[in-house]
Amino acid sequence: MTAIRRLWAKPAVRWGLAGALVVFAAALPLLDLVVPGVLPGPTYTPGTLQILALSLIFAALALSYHVLFGVSGMLSFGHALYFAVGAYGLGIVLERTGLDLLPAVGLTLAGAILVAGVLGAISLRVSGISFAMVTLAFAQAGSVLIRRNPGVTGGEEGLGLATANVPDWLVGVADTRNLYWLALGVIVVVFLVVRWFERSRAGHVAAAVRENELRVRVLGLPPLRVKLLAFVIGSTLAAVAGMLFLLLQSGVTPRAVSADFTLTILVIVVLGGVGSRWGAVVGGIIYTILDQRLTALAGSEWVDALPAVLRIPLSEPLFILGTLFILVVLFLPGGIVGLAGRVGRRRATTGDARDRLEETT
Amino acid sequence: MSTVVLLLITGLGLGALYFLVASGLSLIYGLMGVLNFAHGSFLTLAAFLGWETARALGADSWGALAAALLVGAAAGALVAAGTELLLIRRLYERHIEQVLVTVGLALASVALFDGIWGTDPQFIRGPAWLAETTEILGARIPNNRFLLIAIAILVLLLIVLFLRFTRYGLIIRAGVENRSMVTALGIDVRRAFTVVFAIGGAAAGIGGVLASHYFGYVSPQLGGSLLIFAFIVTVIGGLGSLPGAAVASVVVAVLQQFANFYLGGTGDLVVVLLLAVVLLVRPRGLFGRAA
Amino acid sequence: MSAPVLAVRGLAAAIGHQPVVEHVDLEVPAGSVTAILGRNGAGKTSTMKAVLGLITRTGGEVELAGERIDGFATHRIVQRGVGYVPEDREVFATLTVAENLRLAERDASPRRELVAELFPDIIARSAQRAGTLSGGQQQMVSLARALLNENRILLIDEPTKGLAPKLVTEVADALARAAEVVPILLVEQNLQVAKRLAQSVVVIAGGRTVHAGPAAEFFADETRVERLLGVHGEASA
Repeated sequence: MTAIRRLWAKPAVRWGLAGALVVFAAALPLLDLVVPGVLPGPTYTPGTLQILALSLIFAALALSYHVLFGVSGMLSFGHALYFAVGAYGLGIVLERTGLDLLPAVGLTLAGAILVAGVLGAISLRVSGISFAMVTLAFAQAGSVLIRRNPGVTGGEEGLGLATANVPDWLVGVADTRNLYWLALGVIVVVFLVVRWFERSRAGHVAAAVRENELRVRVLGLPPLRVKLLAFVIGSTLAAVAGMLFLLLQSGVTPRAVSADFTLTILVIVVLGGVGSRWGAVVGGIIYTILDQRLTALAGSEWVDALPAVLRIPLSEPLFILGTLFILVVLFLPGGIVGLAGRVGRRRATTGDARDRLEETT
Repeated sequence: MSTVVLLLITGLGLGALYFLVASGLSLIYGLMGVLNFAHGSFLTLAAFLGWETARALGADSWGALAAALLVGAAAGALVAAGTELLLIRRLYERHIEQVLVTVGLALASVALFDGIWGTDPQFIRGPAWLAETTEILGARIPNNRFLLIAIAILVLLLIVLFLRFTRYGLIIRAGVENRSMVTALGIDVRRAFTVVFAIGGAAAGIGGVLASHYFGYVSPQLGGSLLIFAFIVTVIGGLGSLPGAAVASVVVAVLQQFANFYLGGTGDLVVVLLLAVVLLVRPRGLFGRAA
Repeated sequence: MSAPVLAVRGLAAAIGHQPVVEHVDLEVPAGSVTAILGRNGAGKTSTMKAVLGLITRTGGEVELAGERIDGFATHRIVQRGVGYVPEDREVFATLTVAENLRLAERDASPRRELVAELFPDIIARSAQRAGTLSGGQQQMVSLARALLNENRILLIDEPTKGLAPKLVTEVADALARAAEVVPILLVEQNLQVAKRLAQSVVVIAGGRTVHAGPAAEFFADETRVERLLGVHGEASA
């Protein structure tokens, strides 16, 4: 075990492994891998690639939330808003302007940065639970705006992707693998951006703010500006994930801006392991696949035949995921990644992970 | 004039609902530092059980309504106390994790309600009088508003009396101010935690049964939609302040009604705007103490 | 010499990850006042809080009348007969004086007469909110809360801090009277008060006990007082 840990400590080994993982992921659409019970079909089929791409989008979204919650200790209950800004923003720009995809993406990004900057600056006037409430309220306002303006957003029906200016290689079921590769590229970029931020001076200050805001203030660093920076970066990355979501799903519904969706992001991050980049990635992938499998389970004949006491809970994926989440919070504070790490590292992790979670108050 | 009266009284009725949810949230937060996301689920469960009770007893009698309210209050109190004992207590003093557990509970329980009662709203009936209207200054006010307002005032009064004249009330008031000093006087403050959860759960339970009459239906989403506004009310009123929750409930609900009517259905947005303004001008809320 | 009421051995404690008490040894003999002295930030208040379980103990033993109490929750420790008068009083500002006292009553027959005798001022203000009292009066309420019950020991943290000279004497008088009925562990920056009340002293520096012994002997050696506390025995910090 120690030998493995020593190897893992070498940057070259880690980069090599991560690179190999990306290459393997990139090769999936060309392979005929079957993972019964986990994936619905062979990895080259559009249905499976769709789920894999979706899981990468959720992983990217979880990474963006990690910048807020895990790195900077900001418990936001409105992160879905920025995902929706990306998805709806791009959708509306594509539908209403003659812009090509790339300029449309640029415009949407600029809009996301603006919205995140303004709302972040207001929200960050308070901290802790009040901050959580304000972000929740802003997301709620976003949700109301989207639902009440069907002329622009499609209202409850949702907004479809206007494909006129989207390159052909990204449209259509047969091109799912292109979207998958795009998602893979995006998550690699998001991961590197998050990693860069965490290791930057601002990232260190943000982490210090999480642990002890008072001390940072005494040191004369501007915690507020660093928190705002983290907020804007996290929110913008969420918007990137949202744009990708629009392309992959060929549309977006108001569910993307609901409080439930924000809570889902929180569940993903905690499930994977708070404070860990890989935790966010693993959480996003496992959550998406689990959600998909549980939905399939709910519709299966096997569940249908059970007595009501078992059938009702088992036919509600969110019930199972919510229960799983509670169990993880109660008994597995480091999440999935923490559990994996603990196998090698003895018990110390539990305390660390708990503290890590608690420092975010 | 009649429109103003109608909006005002309807707003007060909605404010009564907000208060029934927010009072518990605020007490729980004030004493324990826990933001209870499962509070909406307590409300929803009570609404469903109250509806089942009333249905079993013949929904249009006053006795059935009273029974529904009692069942709702009891269910809310029991489930809330159980939540505190089984889930929250294990994470003593770990506030973020306590919030996360209530988030998980909220997600899981709403899904469970979906499974049991279906996702579609169940339309309900009550005593005939509740569905009728009474004319005040030319405005025809649905009678259920009066019931809501009366019961919310009664609940407020009961909570105030409890806080003022019982030993647990004393412990809760002291604990909201300085919990560690309460333990340093030799008092096991955790028992008070269970008590505030039970009180908050009972109030939310009553709120659930009344909400089903206010909206005319029960659905698994009932609690969640009220919860967000109750959160806003709690922050505007000042976290941990019962009078703050009462005043902010009325202000928020009345404002919402007026904005919905006069400003083209923008009630929800105006409320969020109010929250932003309050936090900019007075971050600790209307009645909150300085941190 | 009889067994100590309170014995602390090798106590260590932390706030978060920050160690604030490294290794404190002290004993409070029955029927006496022991003063904890030390410069600001030496770990005096933290020692008291660690004894009470208000901050996390990371090592050492605490014995109350021969019984190990480290590891107990705060309210259990207090129920075993420990009265606490915190630094800054910590009265409940929104509660009345009477409510503050009622909250503190643990015993079936609390010593209301003693409190009324010592603090007639605050009894006269029973219905007033404690937050509206002066600093001195709040200190009396805080002391009264601890004196109401039959405690084995009182932990009193800087009772004269921020008080006017006349009030300092008044509080010291009350403490002297309290010391007749219960042993006291006292943190006191005002050396005059410490000198008057304490039979023994413990000096803490950097979270460690650096001196322990009879008070008279300690205060007699002015160079040592100067070296350990950075003040002259005559001055008050």
